[in-house]
Amino acid sequence: MSTLKLVLAFVLALVLGSGAALAQTPRLGQPISEADIKAWDIAVMPDGTGLPPGSGTAVQGARVFAEKCSACHGEGGKGSPLAPAPLFGGAPLTSGIETPKTIGNFFGYSTIVFDFVRRAMPFSQPRTLTGDEVYAATAYLLWLNKIIGENDVMDARTLPQVKMPNRDGFIIRFPDKI
Amino acid sequence: METTPNIRARQELERLEVIAGNGLLGRRAFLRGGAAFAAAVTGYTVARSAAAEPLKDDPWSLGMGAVTPPLQTPSRFEKHVVRTLSNPNNELRNSHARTPHHLLNGTITPNSMHFSINHSGLPDIDPEKHRLVIHGLVRQPLVFTVESLSRYPMESRMAFVECSGNSAPMFSNQPVQATAQALHGLVSCSEWTGVRLSTLLDEAGFDPKAKWVIAEGGDALALHRSVPMKKALDDAMIGLYQNGERLMPGNGYPMRLLLPGYQGNMNVKFLRRLKLTEGPAMSYYEGKIYSQLLPDGKAYRFHFLQEVKSFITHPSFGLKMNGPGYYEISGIAYSGNGRISRVMVSADGGKTWAQAALQEPVHSKAFARFRAPWRWNGGPAVLQSRAWDEAGNAQPTRAEFVAVRGETKKPVTNLLAFPNQHYNSITSWGIGSDGEIKHVYA
Repeated sequence: MSTLKLVLAFVLALVLGSGAALAQTPRLGQPISEADIKAWDIAVMPDGTGLPPGSGTAVQGARVFAEKCSACHGEGGKGSPLAPAPLFGGAPLTSGIETPKTIGNFFGYSTIVFDFVRRAMPFSQPRTLTGDEVYAATAYLLWLNKIIGENDVMDARTLPQVKMPNRDGFIIRFPDKI
Repeated sequence: METTPNIRARQELERLEVIAGNGLLGRRAFLRGGAAFAAAVTGYTVARSAAAEPLKDDPWSLGMGAVTPPLQTPSRFEKHVVRTLSNPNNELRNSHARTPHHLLNGTITPNSMHFSINHSGLPDIDPEKHRLVIHGLVRQPLVFTVESLSRYPMESRMAFVECSGNSAPMFSNQPVQATAQALHGLVSCSEWTGVRLSTLLDEAGFDPKAKWVIAEGGDALALHRSVPMKKALDDAMIGLYQNGERLMPGNGYPMRLLLPGYQGNMNVKFLRRLKLTEGPAMSYYEGKIYSQLLPDGKAYRFHFLQEVKSFITHPSFGLKMNGPGYYEISGIAYSGNGRISRVMVSADGGKTWAQAALQEPVHSKAFARFRAPWRWNGGPAVLQSRAWDEAGNAQPTRAEFVAVRGETKKPVTNLLAFPNQHYNSITSWGIGSDGEIKHVYA
């Protein structure tokens, strides 16, 4: 290689800069459409983004709960040996640092309930509930915690509007890390 | 009758300078004593050497040994060195396995003894069918396989992974009597090998609006956590290998997110999806379990960092002293903020301190092994270690920690429960004149 060519190669490397590192990777990611990711794209955001179609009330949810949830969580969410923690109530959060956290005393967003029921419940058969069943079970849990009324309809529009009692109870620990 | 080198070693030891209360010796003890010194201080049985018995061949020296197996496991004499389990019958709930730190040494956790927490059991993932998708605020959503990732430029790094609930029994208002395994067994350290996450994010072409990455696993409950893009573009890795071999199932086989220094739960195992978003998901695990309650009723959100911590593994609860004499105090220190810069040890409950030696090399966000020579006079002693990291953070005393974070109102009786999260104060081991080691607050 001539000196001139070496210099040119050096200048070219400088111009390309950070792009050079990227160019060295094999780029083996296969393109996929968002439509083809849908079955996995289940996270529900606090503003309701990601909520599926469907709706339900606490009255409907009581039936879903009795059929699909109470075996572990006990009648009316009181808890059982399999899942002892009650799904409602809870002492004021000033009662001590070990105070059990519930939907009523701790959860900052109603979407946490929906998201977790949909992705993880029933524990032995996750992601088998229909959209209507998840909305109904979520409504039931919010009603048990005295956050909504028995006949309030929960759907993609109403659920994110539910104001949780402890919504403002959080401090970002390390804001500079975000 | 003692051999001459042994007598010489002991005379050497007697002359060593005591640099802190209750018999803590100068670090030079290591350099001066050499092999004879090491023999005299290692373990807990050599303090009073009687004459050795005459040597003879044992049966294992007189015949063909066992077959050399394809996958070797520890000696049958080490059967007690195992993880302790929270859910041995695999009931429908989470399960934990804790690392036996008091029975290990060095800075690497063997893969078979790396701690593991599984919220819905261990998925039996076929690596050929496993997929990782990157989507959301990207130019082009992309899918990767284990095979395709294996062709990317890789890096290896040491990193500890720690459950943010590790050490939680120490929130108890009374010290629970438990081993370092029970108290601190939810942290382990490995050499991880994999692909930088930033490489894959560059390939997908991320939108500058993306501030978070939602990472999700392929386990039954599809555990998901929100990770700041700042961390994703810093030192995050898609981990494929652990101490040289493919990840253990309990540590995320066939791939996991590795976020050095960040709380264990965020290092999503069985990683199958990364979605770039403007805001966090506020998932169950970040919105409930890993938001820790403070004494005033408020709660920390997005704690992320595993802050500077150390604990003595030798001697510690569950081990026994064997008479006065020389011992090596040894333990583990680590920080999510970087390298450990200093560890001090005390034998008098924190009244006086001596600087411990750090095993080189000291890696960032990884276990550092510290050691300090100590001459136990047979009287009561309280051993403590305190670590500092390169960012200048000091491990708090228990009093300092509890003043900010609180403690339980009643003693903790269930060692498997998590009264709260992110505990990192000093641990104290009280040694009685009888050689019994207790967990104490001092």
